[in-house]
Amino acid sequence: MATTTGSDTDSRTENESQPVESDPEQPAANVGWRYTVSQVRRDPTALAGLGIITIAMVVAAVAFLDQVVLPVFGIEQYAIAQAVWMSPNAEVAPQLLPPAWTTNVFGEGTWVHPLGTDDRGRDILARVFYGTRIAMSVGVIATTIALVFGMLVGSVAGYYGGRIDDVLMRAVETLYAIPFLVLVIVFMVAFGRNLTFAMIGVGIANIPTFARLIRSRVLSVREEDYIEAARAAGVRDRNIIFRHVIPNSFAPVLVQATLQIGVAILIVAGLSFLGFGAQPPTPSWGQMLSQSRDYMLPDPWFSIWPGLAILITVVGFNLLGDGLRDALDPRINN
Amino acid sequence: MSEPLLKVENLKTQFFTEEGTVRAVDGVNFEVNEGELVGLVGESGAGKSVAAQSIMRLVEEPGRIVDGTVTFDGKKLVDIVETPDGRMEESDEMLSNREMREQVRGREIAIVFQDPMESLNPVFKVGAQLREFIELNRGVSESEAKTIAVDMLREVGIPEPEARYDDYPHEFSGGMRQRVLIAMALACEPRLIIADEPTTALDVTVEGQILDLVSDLQDRYDTAFLWVTHDMGVVAEICDRVNVMYLGEVVEEAEVDDLFHDTKHPYTEALLRSMPRPDRSVGSLDPIKGVMPEAINPPSGCRFHTRCPEAREACKEFHPEYHDVSDAGGAPHSVSCIKYESVGYEHSDPLETEATGAFAGGLADMRGDDSQEAAGVSGGEVDE
Repeated sequence: MATTTGSDTDSRTENESQPVESDPEQPAANVGWRYTVSQVRRDPTALAGLGIITIAMVVAAVAFLDQVVLPVFGIEQYAIAQAVWMSPNAEVAPQLLPPAWTTNVFGEGTWVHPLGTDDRGRDILARVFYGTRIAMSVGVIATTIALVFGMLVGSVAGYYGGRIDDVLMRAVETLYAIPFLVLVIVFMVAFGRNLTFAMIGVGIANIPTFARLIRSRVLSVREEDYIEAARAAGVRDRNIIFRHVIPNSFAPVLVQATLQIGVAILIVAGLSFLGFGAQPPTPSWGQMLSQSRDYMLPDPWFSIWPGLAILITVVGFNLLGDGLRDALDPRINN
Repeated sequence: MSEPLLKVENLKTQFFTEEGTVRAVDGVNFEVNEGELVGLVGESGAGKSVAAQSIMRLVEEPGRIVDGTVTFDGKKLVDIVETPDGRMEESDEMLSNREMREQVRGREIAIVFQDPMESLNPVFKVGAQLREFIELNRGVSESEAKTIAVDMLREVGIPEPEARYDDYPHEFSGGMRQRVLIAMALACEPRLIIADEPTTALDVTVEGQILDLVSDLQDRYDTAFLWVTHDMGVVAEICDRVNVMYLGEVVEEAEVDDLFHDTKHPYTEALLRSMPRPDRSVGSLDPIKGVMPEAINPPSGCRFHTRCPEAREACKEFHPEYHDVSDAGGAPHSVSCIKYESVGYEHSDPLETEATGAFAGGLADMRGDDSQEAAGVSGGEVDE
């Protein structure tokens, strides 16, 4: 209720000489971060999504520190993991142990490895934990690349229209016409089979989604009076696009970006599964799934854990995305 | 008399649509002098707003300024000339888009738009928008611009301007927002403000306050105004001089008193008669019959003849010339009606139209000639 200012304004007639708290004709503020956050906070599913993402982010941050930051200072990789638990790459245990509370043909579960071990005797919990970093960074970075370029292309195309629009959007649609995985795999074959190019590839392949989305918004926003007012005041086109057009077109893009992070995580997991992605021994969910293929029947848990991790993370982004959509949609008024 | 501040000559703006060429502004002439408040009046669709946008060169595709000259303070904002091989081209003197943006828009000429609800960017604070325009057009630092912005808000009668500076547009009422927009226009100290129906979206009490504010500010800053409106009441209230537009043309131009008391053009007369007044009931209102024809295919001769109560046969044939009909020594008073030309209006037979009373049908097809012929032949019975 943070945004409703004084319900008595409804009955008050408009009086120009007094400061009017809010326009009685207008519903309460449906813009701004504070409003969005307050809406999301009232939505339990969106909150659940936010919770999942927050946890995943924290896990990813720890993994990032351990895997990337520490080696920069000359400290051994996975030093934190070893101090607290064990390195995800340590091949210490019997292979393919089931989770602690079960048994399978390879042996009996032990609480030393609560989720069991993989085909090389590495702890699955540690590997799932460290796999979060790859998933999250890939999701966020790939989506950011797509968002930035898609927004540039889409807003310029939509704002100027005419021939510029034709050229840009036809180029984008060409990109759209190529099957997603083929595009990314060809890109990686051409430039290099590592995670960096996986992210860039997925980012580029996602540009059309954002370009088309923001263009459709810009087409209506550019007709607004305040855009014409800005033009009449001598604001240059670049500033109109960045300061007036994009901020007013951004709500659906934010929703799409959130959902797209989940999609990107799925895609890169798929790429890792196919062997195009994070290279061993760096733990990643897709690669774990790929390894577990051969042991699906004797030890299904090996597949279940990374699959579950992917599922939960993607669902988290979808829940938040749906919550944001509801919060940012002016037609849904609750 | 010295050169006018703004001089519009033979301005033509057309929209090239799939249905045909819409001649929204078709050879318009008018002037605005320094510090003068000039009205541009007409029905919806008369081309007032397009004319205003053309002055600022804000017409967008598929619209284009195809002919004419707009001179502002010696600068050619629009200058389309015919090349030796017969094409219409922009002359070298015409300002480039960049010069328009940097020298004219906002700085020399500002626009206040019709709908104050839509003219402020909803995602930025009011003060920040005002400050942006001031920074941009006056080349001052951010903090100076903020001081000016707060001063301007106070100037246009916003209470507690420091506090309101940080409010979002939705936290302002319509009248307040229009005040902000006027502040925005004035803040850059332009020499001309084009007000495009700025009070149409407001209720009458607020309209009155805004008009008061404008005439106050106009006295103080001596800014010239081009006031686009369809409301004769507003015109009477604030304008010095008035241009009446009909279907892309200026049909009459006079000082405001002359226009009201010595009306020359039948259209202006009809407009004045259709104005609601407290001393008349709705029943005695006399609205202009019919609807304005499409600007794609304007009627032949005088464009108003399809609705003119005084139309005669000659009106269909002769396109009236826009000329000065004032008495010697009097204030200029221009009109385009063949009543004031010697082309045989007096001896011509009256045309039977809706407006002349011989028309029995309801809403007739107003596409010019058809209805004329139908009415003329059957003498009152219409093929409706």
